[in-house]
Amino acid sequence: MTDKQTEMTTMDKVNQSLARRYRAERRFRAYGMAAILFGLACLVVLFTDIIGKGHSAFLQTYVAMEITYDSDVLELSDPSDSNAVARADFQGLVKQSLRDTFSDVSGRRDKRALYALISNGAGFALRDRLANDPSLLNRSETVWLLADDDVDTYVKSRDDEGGAFTGRLNEKQIAWVEQLIADNAVEKRFNTTLFTAGDSREPEQAGILGAMMGSLFTLLVTIALSFPIGVAAAVYLEEYAPKNRFTDFIEVNINNLAAVPSIIFGLLGLAIFIGFFEMHRSIPLVGGLVLTLMTLPTIIISSRAAIKAVPPSIRDAAYGLGASKMQVVMHHVLPLAMPGMLTGAIIGFAQALGETAPLLMIGMVAFIVDIPGGVSDPATALPVQIFLWSDSPERAFVERTSAAIMVLLAFLISMNTLAIWLRKRLERRW
Amino acid sequence: MTTSMLLLVALLLAASAFVFGRQRSVALAKPLGGQRHLDSLPFYYGALTALWCGVPALMLLSLWIMFDDVIIRQVLINALPMDVQALPATDLSLVLNTISNIAETGSAGLQPEPYVVEAAERLRALHGINQMAMTVGVISVALITALFAWQRIGVKLQARIKVEKAFKNGLLVCASIAIFTTAGIVLSVLFESIRFFQSVPITEFLFGLEWSPQMAIRADQVGGSGAFGAVPLFAGTVLISVLAMLIAVPAGLMAAIYLSEYASPKVRSTVKPMLEVLAGVPTVVYGFFAALTVAPFIRDSGGLLGLDVSSESALAAGLVMGVMIIPFVSSLSDDVINAVPQSLRDGSYGLGATQSETIKQVVIPAALPGIVGGVLLAVSRAIGETMIVVMAAGLAAHLTANPLESVTTVTVQIVTLLVGDQEFNSPKTLSAFALGLMLFLVTLVLNYVALHVVKRYREQYE
Repeated sequence: MTDKQTEMTTMDKVNQSLARRYRAERRFRAYGMAAILFGLACLVVLFTDIIGKGHSAFLQTYVAMEITYDSDVLELSDPSDSNAVARADFQGLVKQSLRDTFSDVSGRRDKRALYALISNGAGFALRDRLANDPSLLNRSETVWLLADDDVDTYVKSRDDEGGAFTGRLNEKQIAWVEQLIADNAVEKRFNTTLFTAGDSREPEQAGILGAMMGSLFTLLVTIALSFPIGVAAAVYLEEYAPKNRFTDFIEVNINNLAAVPSIIFGLLGLAIFIGFFEMHRSIPLVGGLVLTLMTLPTIIISSRAAIKAVPPSIRDAAYGLGASKMQVVMHHVLPLAMPGMLTGAIIGFAQALGETAPLLMIGMVAFIVDIPGGVSDPATALPVQIFLWSDSPERAFVERTSAAIMVLLAFLISMNTLAIWLRKRLERRW
Repeated sequence: MTTSMLLLVALLLAASAFVFGRQRSVALAKPLGGQRHLDSLPFYYGALTALWCGVPALMLLSLWIMFDDVIIRQVLINALPMDVQALPATDLSLVLNTISNIAETGSAGLQPEPYVVEAAERLRALHGINQMAMTVGVISVALITALFAWQRIGVKLQARIKVEKAFKNGLLVCASIAIFTTAGIVLSVLFESIRFFQSVPITEFLFGLEWSPQMAIRADQVGGSGAFGAVPLFAGTVLISVLAMLIAVPAGLMAAIYLSEYASPKVRSTVKPMLEVLAGVPTVVYGFFAALTVAPFIRDSGGLLGLDVSSESALAAGLVMGVMIIPFVSSLSDDVINAVPQSLRDGSYGLGATQSETIKQVVIPAALPGIVGGVLLAVSRAIGETMIVVMAAGLAAHLTANPLESVTTVTVQIVTLLVGDQEFNSPKTLSAFALGLMLFLVTLVLNYVALHVVKRYREQYE
């Protein structure tokens, strides 16, 4: 009887506490859900913020101007003489045309404000047109010219709910722009400059091609060095290395290097490659070397995993047929492990492409207008360009920075997609 | 011939050496009755010849590139007038720079002294001779060694054993690069740090409370105290890292628990890669996001609450860094939680525990060493993170624990001290290497402990 009573009370206790315990269970689950939702929300906010800021940079405002290639303004008599064409004042044509369009503007200050509506790089476009077609001299045509970045920002933000962003434009300038819009002389077109130009102090003339080429050359050096070296190191450690202290020491080093902050590799590059070997600053070759050292541990670790996954029976079969160790590795183990190694390597290269800090250390942060043509030309890289532009106060640079980020993310996403596709397509399970 | 051209020629020579070596072995075997009379396959004879041709030539080439500048410079200095040679090192390097500029671009617009013009002429001649000698040297070494190997080929030569040995040694060299890299890091930061500690006592650096590395150029300059007390930087780094971990550890851990214990395989296989996208976003993007979106947002919302928030607050940098580290923590914890044997869970369910009780009282305690290891790795990541803090945290060193104020970190100072053209031997630049040394040591210890803990833990359940 007493036994039964205690049993009842235990049961009662359990039953009493059940509701509380189930509540705790549900609460715990909710915490987990909340953590995941928080992470995903951050991802969504990050991407919408970047895309929201950057999408407008893919369009650029152009202004239609009636341009007369007046040989007096240009001080040019022979349009086929390339030296004379290069010296001629094409910006003067733009100013002339602006004065003709807004003939009521007088006074030096107002005129200067008027000239500021069109980019000061517009003359180059006119020069190219005349160089292509010398018969244009002393004739007129309507040309769509690059608008200044302030005008560009104003035109893009006109339809915003919070009112247009006027920035540095004064009221007269806004009135002129409105008049141009009313005359249908303003148009937004796809921003090709962004993809065909190098860096510039003027947002409307700035592009990311120089930075993309710099990133490309840096990445090529990294790929050419780190993949063969990483695979060789992995093969040694998995297939050849005897179990001894030296091998352990190599492994400890690799594991530690994988977690060393990237900026330390930049210090290494600065002290060794630039300080000791006296290589030039700011060149993709040094950047590639530094990034090679940085990505090597990642590639070695993933390649080792891929080699480990090749079953020993394959090796045994090859040995049984009389293959030498090198033949076993080159003819059997490496081909079978290659998909896994490639997947790991591409993920490592994607990391290297997005890396900024070590490149800052070795001087790839300079303002470089020219588009690099090789691994020993001064260059920046795409992430460094993002860093440089994010410092610029102009609002037009903010949208271009976001656009550059979108391009960088597109590259990274396609590299990672390629890696996943390779893994799905080629990986074999034993 | 340019260096890259020469490299290409050397590789082509090695390729043709392969063909010739292979042909010779086949030709030697033919009168005897075919390939089976050779000691090794023809491939190995070719490979051996190619190695003999390529390796010495490439070694000579790389040694030449490494040392030719130094030698040319010394020859040039020796030929300068005595009084110029006696100049202090910085002035001398200025003279040498002028000389090399004139040698490359001509003396347009300058009025150089006659000895400079003469030296520039000599430099140009030396460069020509150097390039010529390098080309001749490398190509002749390649040809001579290849010829030597080629005429040694015989049916008894054990080519396979030699090639396999060379292959293994090549692999060993590649594997040793990790050691060289570590040594390079240690040496580069250590040497410059020692030079720094010669001018600034190590105790002042480690315990000083004031950091303003701008050295006074004139004696009466204001704000140029040149104080190198790194405590404010350490404090700033710790503050931002703590903020980041406050976000990353709970969120990452709970996400890992949910994904590994509750989520269906379908949810898991879609959500996990999406969270990992957060880890793949470059840090410069996070920095941009922190500086242009999060920091103004925090400043404005702080303003609404009547708080005075700096526009470069530690909170913004810490928050965004925490978000960056979430997938790092979650994937490491996910691994260790999955490694906890199912039998432990089953035992707990058998005693009537609910799923959350099992997780809290059985799975997490069992996985704790692994989780701690993962968190330590994440801390080392946060301490070494550079771009987010460079873009979103401040530059001036404040000793404060208030996350709404602006602080600076070790990595920010390394970047600001070293970006741009700097002299190599002022205490200001050298201090960056001392900071780098501290950063390397701290992360090394954290990584070592973390890897050790994780490894021990793995062994426990294997």
